[in-house]
Amino acid sequence: MILLNGGASDLRAGVTVAVALAQLGVELDARGVAVAVDGEVVPRAGWESFTLAEDARVEVLTAMQGG
Amino acid sequence: MAQQLSTTPATAIDGDDSLLIAGRRLRSRLLLGSGGFPSLELLADAIAASGSELVTVALRRIDPQARGSLIDVLAEAGVELLPNTAGCRTARDAILTARLAREAFATDWVKLEVIGDEDTLLPDTGELLQAAEALVAEGFVVLPYTTDDPVLARRLVDVGCAAVMPLGSPIGSGMGIRNPYNIALIRDAVSVPVVLDAGVGTASDAALAMELGCDAVMAASAIARAQDPVRMAHAMRAAVEGGRLARTAGRIPRRSYAVASTSEQGLAEFG
Repeated sequence: MILLNGGASDLRAGVTVAVALAQLGVELDARGVAVAVDGEVVPRAGWESFTLAEDARVEVLTAMQGG
Repeated sequence: MAQQLSTTPATAIDGDDSLLIAGRRLRSRLLLGSGGFPSLELLADAIAASGSELVTVALRRIDPQARGSLIDVLAEAGVELLPNTAGCRTARDAILTARLAREAFATDWVKLEVIGDEDTLLPDTGELLQAAEALVAEGFVVLPYTTDDPVLARRLVDVGCAAVMPLGSPIGSGMGIRNPYNIALIRDAVSVPVVLDAGVGTASDAALAMELGCDAVMAASAIARAQDPVRMAHAMRAAVEGGRLARTAGRIPRRSYAVASTSEQGLAEFG
């Protein structure tokens, strides 16, 4: 199962990062967003081509108040 | 071999006395943390009152239900954002967080935090040094949150950190500068800017940091959790400016006994 921001998702293996982002309502041109899959950065340029494996752990992060 | 701690600034004080970190010129010597403000509106007002040009942000999971955009608020305020690695416990996590911040915010700057203790939130210095070295090698401008240890500060500069950010006391404790002597030693030990981070509780703490020779002060909880955050932001701004002025003015030495400020010449004798 693909984990999206720590939660179970109904994403199927083989979908792109862009599809995962759409589930969170994140547009491809959203400002201040970064994605990591299995502990590696997926640069914005790769969001529409990078495909997720069956047990991928996807983290979608943005700026929050802190520090 | 130094015999005395220096009491005057290492840098020239003519001109606009702006702060230079990794080639970026900052007119304000107050860095602001964005955490802890009850609302984005209050954060915006505090930024304006503080005069700060550099504001830290953390990186967290996106919340589809979140209202208002922190990035928009900071852009509207005209400040640069300084991503931090708050919450990271290992060099590995801090390095990945810095890479994600670079991707998200298109900045090479990172305030590096690697926490080693849950109760005091003190830095894990081994992991910190390791992460700093790796991030410098990747082209980051690294500003490490560190202990008040002058030797570690020197090591961090040796691996290429653009500034050091020693703590005055634990994050959010408001206990001020527990070891002013060490902060002064750090100022003398390194040639990069020293930014007093963590522990500032009120304006006098910020002024003391500047009087000790720090180049800037970072304040977060002290402003965000004050009863009137905007007023405290203003107080911090004034304190940083006052402390900097006092440092560059050159204070009088401390003496054990009085030194009369009025001449006895011409003193009347009343028999």
